[in-house]
Amino acid sequence: MPEVLTGIGVCAGTAAGPLLRIAAAPALPAPVPVTDAAAEYGRAEAALAEVVAELGRRADRATDATVAEVLRAEALMADDEELRDGVRELIDEGHDAPHAIDGAFATFREAFAAAGGYLAERVADLDDLRDRAVAVLLGLPMPGVPSPGHPYVLAARDLAPADTADLDPDQVIGLVTEVGGPTSHTAILARALGLPAVVACPGVLAVPDGTLVLLDGASGQLRVGVSEAEATAAAQSAAEVAAAASTLTGPGETSDGYAVKLLANVGSAKNVPAADEAHAEGIGLFRTELLFLDRAQEPTLDEQIAAYRDVFTAMAGRRVVIRTLDAGADKPLPFLNQDGEPNPALGVRGLRVARQRPDVLTTQLAAIAEARSQTGADVWVMAPMVSTLDEATGFAAAVREAGLPKAGVMIEVPAAALRAADLLRVVDFLSIGTNDLSQYTFAADRMCGDLADLLDPWQPALLQLIGVCGAAGRAAGKPVGVCGEAAADPLLAPVLVGLGVTSLSMSPRAIGPVRAALAARTEAECRRLAELAVAAPDAAEARKRAM
Amino acid sequence: MPTRTVTVGSSSGLHARPAKIFVEAAAKAPVKVTIRSGDRKPVPAKSMLSVLALGAKQGTEVILEAEGEGADEALDSLAELLAKDLDADA
Repeated sequence: MPEVLTGIGVCAGTAAGPLLRIAAAPALPAPVPVTDAAAEYGRAEAALAEVVAELGRRADRATDATVAEVLRAEALMADDEELRDGVRELIDEGHDAPHAIDGAFATFREAFAAAGGYLAERVADLDDLRDRAVAVLLGLPMPGVPSPGHPYVLAARDLAPADTADLDPDQVIGLVTEVGGPTSHTAILARALGLPAVVACPGVLAVPDGTLVLLDGASGQLRVGVSEAEATAAAQSAAEVAAAASTLTGPGETSDGYAVKLLANVGSAKNVPAADEAHAEGIGLFRTELLFLDRAQEPTLDEQIAAYRDVFTAMAGRRVVIRTLDAGADKPLPFLNQDGEPNPALGVRGLRVARQRPDVLTTQLAAIAEARSQTGADVWVMAPMVSTLDEATGFAAAVREAGLPKAGVMIEVPAAALRAADLLRVVDFLSIGTNDLSQYTFAADRMCGDLADLLDPWQPALLQLIGVCGAAGRAAGKPVGVCGEAAADPLLAPVLVGLGVTSLSMSPRAIGPVRAALAARTEAECRRLAELAVAAPDAAEARKRAM
Repeated sequence: MPTRTVTVGSSSGLHARPAKIFVEAAAKAPVKVTIRSGDRKPVPAKSMLSVLALGAKQGTEVILEAEGEGADEALDSLAELLAKDLDADA
């Protein structure tokens, strides 16, 4: 009898195959005395050279130019004279090769961590390079994603962007992690690649490598030790479902013709081709942060006009919902000169930045208006992190002042969800950001893997708040969209529609399966599923009732 | 000693791609070039880790130094590279 492990399904679909774990980072062995320093340095140098060579091979294999460039930059970090000098000094002081490598990286690690920002995020790269070199010295496989040359289900404690930068979708057919949550990197990656995935699945790391498993990204279940026949049958039916989903195109609608706009989330014009390929009906979330990141000065009006125009031009005639700058204490921008706040997620962020710097918003709205006037896109503008009617009124006035026709607000704060009907008196539409709405409703940090169960988008309290917004939208006859990760879950899509949501915006890769899921239900069924899910005692039961 | 003071022009700072382009160019120079920012000690310009550790952002002033045959030419071309926005031609 196969054993069943249960986690949180974050990307629907089934995958069957052998389970392989990501190789763990090696622990540093006990120090050993060094007798021949020259030979010891030779070993260390050879290990670093092998790390550089391996990164080069991965860069050659990578099909994405950005990924290849990241890998080559990492190789350059491992192929560093100062690093080798540091290793040599430590070996001369009597340290063995693994400890000398660890020590030499630690010097740079400190400098990177102290510099903060972008460099502090690169600390993980340094640790990865060190782990790779130490693994070579110990004769262990280099930590990272296996490449056995056949399809398999990848298991890990959690996945970091570095692990998955060159993930080969021909080999990796599903993801399962021991920790993580619905908004963790693993979940986002899975939805971007359309890979069935289960996170927060305790016990998965105890499964021996090579065991045949059947992963169900909808129910969150992992059947361990299935038969060859069962695995083959599941793989075949998964292929049929995928084939069926890819033949459906056109506007989103339920089986009885109730229209639901299927839109794409983008960060720049670069993402537009993927949205087109997925037959997106427009853009439901155009994030504008990209232009502002890592900038000492605010981007100029002309620069902003050019960036917005690129996306608007590509989307001529279609809807583009553009979100004003969503930055602040949690995602600090140098030009805003924000000092550290004790609790940045609850600090001055999103629209709240305009309390101190109204000019940033005015300039951005002027740029959006100018870019719109030069193109034919149907531009809607919305503000992030709105909590009150007063804030919504002020924002809507600023949008109209700039000559823009449609103003909306994001619903991320429970206070705003509860007063959705009020907000819709002053704005034209709402867009629910489910990731932040979860975080603030459950008082659970989005980045906290231990609280993943609280951040499950199937939590009935979250669904109830979405329902409040949906009902307000129906009463006012105004659109209510969802642009958080929850919109990408094909099982949840009919429930959201039943709650009154009129558009779903997601990673382009997720659009096909969501379109197929909606086409399989009538509008009345969606409403019934929504009632059942909201009435469920917990997230697992809500999900089960929607199947 | 030949010296150049340059303001970093790349919009993302001297990180990632701009750092890689600069370090690769410095490695090809016929002389040993150092780079420093503020009062900190000069580091080899061909060391990716040291250059990254400067944490130089767009607008940060850095000082390049080199000695020997071809130092001036090497510094000129590296200074020119640093002043450009290397993110712009991505």
